[in-house]
Order: sequence, then C-alpha cells, then structure tokens
Amino acid sequence: MKIYGVAFLALCFLLGQVIGQLLGKAIGIDGNVGGVGFGMLLLVIINDRLGKKYPMLQESKAGIYFWGSMYIPVVIAMSMILNVRAALSGGWVAVIVGIVATGACYFLVPVLTKWSKSGEKIS
Amino acid sequence: MVELEQIFTKNGLIVAFLIVGILMLFFNWFSRNVLNNRIPGVALAILAALVIAYFGGEKGIASYPLFAGMALLGGSMLRDFTVVATAMGASFDELKKTGLVGVLSLFIGVSITFFIGVVIGYLMGYTDPVSLTTIGAGACTYIVGPITGSALGASTDLIAISIATGVVKTIFVTIITPIVAKRIGLDNPGSAMIFGGLIGTTSGVAAGLAATDPKLVPYGAMTATFYTGVGVLLCPSVFFVVVRLVF
Repeated sequence: MKIYGVAFLALCFLLGQVIGQLLGKAIGIDGNVGGVGFGMLLLVIINDRLGKKYPMLQESKAGIYFWGSMYIPVVIAMSMILNVRAALSGGWVAVIVGIVATGACYFLVPVLTKWSKSGEKIS
Repeated sequence: MVELEQIFTKNGLIVAFLIVGILMLFFNWFSRNVLNNRIPGVALAILAALVIAYFGGEKGIASYPLFAGMALLGGSMLRDFTVVATAMGASFDELKKTGLVGVLSLFIGVSITFFIGVVIGYLMGYTDPVSLTTIGAGACTYIVGPITGSALGASTDLIAISIATGVVKTIFVTIITPIVAKRIGLDNPGSAMIFGGLIGTTSGVAAGLAATDPKLVPYGAMTATFYTGVGVLLCPSVFFVVVRLVF
C-alpha cells in the first residue's frame, strides 16, 4: 500500500519538526532549527537500518518516491509566490549584497571539495 | 465566466497542479527542441515562474484570488515535506563520508556571507552596528535577516532590506547554479553537501540543484537546512559583538 510509505514519510517529517522545534527552543530561538534536516536524517537512517532486514515493500516505496518527485513542481510553485518585486525594489544594497556575498561562496565549493578529498586520503 | 472563476477559487490546489504541469511541459519542450538542452527546462520554468511572480504582488501570483492555490502548493508545508521525501534516494554512506566537511562548510558559509554583507553595507553608507549586522544577516537567508534585525531592534525598513537581500540571494542561486555547476565541480553528493552548507538558502539550493541534477537535491538540501539555524545562532550574538567592536 502506497499510504504506508507516505505515512512513514509523514512520521519522519513530523519527528524532525519536533526535534527542530525543541532545538530552537533550547538555544532560545522562536523557530525551527534544522527540522527538515533531522527529518531527512531519520528517513535515511531508518531506511538504511530497517531496509536491510525488512525491505520496505515496493508499493510503499512508491508513495515516498511520488512525493520526492513532486519536489520540482513545488519549487516552481514556490518561485511563483515569492515577493520578487520587493526583492528588486529593496534598493541596490539588497541586490549587491545578495549577489556578491553569495557569489563569493561559489568559489569556495571546489576549494572545500578538494580539501575534503585530500583529507580522505590521509585518514 | 463567473462559474469558471468559482471553480478555480474553490479548487485552488488542483489549479496549481495544472498550471505548474503546463509550465513544465512547455519549458521542457522548449529546452529540448529550441535550445538543444543547453539550459535545463526546469531552470527555464523556475525563471519564468519568477517573472510571473513579479507581476503578482506581495505573494506573487497568489496575490490574485484566482491563483491563491499556488500558495498551498508552493508553501512551506509541501516544500519541506517533498524535500524530506527526496532523502529516500540519498545514501547514508555518502552522508557520513562528507559529514564533517559539511558541518565545517556551514560555519564557513555563514561567516563569509555575513562579513561580506557587512563590508558592502559599510561601503554603501551604513555605519551603525545594528544596521550592518542586520544587512549581513540578510545576506545569509531571508529568515536570518529579520530574526536578527528584530532581536537587535533594527528599523522596519532595514528589516525589509534584509529580507529583500535574502530573496535576491535565493533567486540568484536558483538561476546561477545550473550555469556554473560544472565549473565548480558540482556533480557528486560530496560537493553538493558542501555547496548546500556554503550557500544555505534551502529553497535556492534545492531549486538550483534540481535544475542541475535532481539526484543531488537531497545532499545539498540536507546541509542547507541547518544553515538558517547556524545563522540565527551566530548573527545576533557573536557576530554582532564582533561588528560592534569594529564599528
């Protein structure tokens, strides 16, 4: 049943949200810290551990894959509801800071990647 | 006509499915047949979506009641749910392999982005530590900006600027990632995790990676989702103290 997979996904998602919310509270922020990340970790770890012993039924997996494949459409919908006009009218500070500060980080991607690979060889 | 409008508003989410589907169908066709796949169809569709949003208002196209359902499909609930679902394709071993560098990339990403934001803010005429910190925080994500700004008591127009900065960043990342992906070696889970940690903005990272290679989305999104947390943690506290010392 596809719904089993979707329910399992929902469980991981909600547990992640709870953890994120508690973490946020613990460090004094009224918000969710890494809830999505914890949800993903739970899904990956549980699937990794239990998947070997009890391979999740193919049908159940299909439920999760369906929602995963809906990601791109959701992103497109999200882009359609952003406040693009405000972003452009926030003045030059917003545009320049947004682009330059972010652009700088792109240069670091290959640097850190190389660094992580060399670290692997040593250890 | 009135009936049609009624049906549209009553079934907002379904209308959103239809519109996004048509949009993707058209741009995938356009990319394949007109551009020879030089620009991914998804990237074009996202770009078109941003242009459409421009003609909307505060909530983009969802500002029109006829398209209000788009806010449900593109809202944070389904966004987060589908992002978590993408983890199904991720490999636990890959995550462990890049784990430490992924965490490091988070701190490096937040720090560099923040301080470049502060320097540019200073060069553009802002001199008080509260404004500078708010602008720097906005450079992280559009959530870090307002949280930091309100924590420090910044004015509303500064908070608006910090949100705008974060939105500009999201849009920039969405558009530029598929274009530069090859040049920065963004073609494996490891570099995708580092990328997510350095850049942050979960929506931008995931949208950019989706247009680059959908297989990389879970890895980038996984680290990116902690970015806002790290930013919210550091900006109003440690970073503000540092900024106050300098200016």
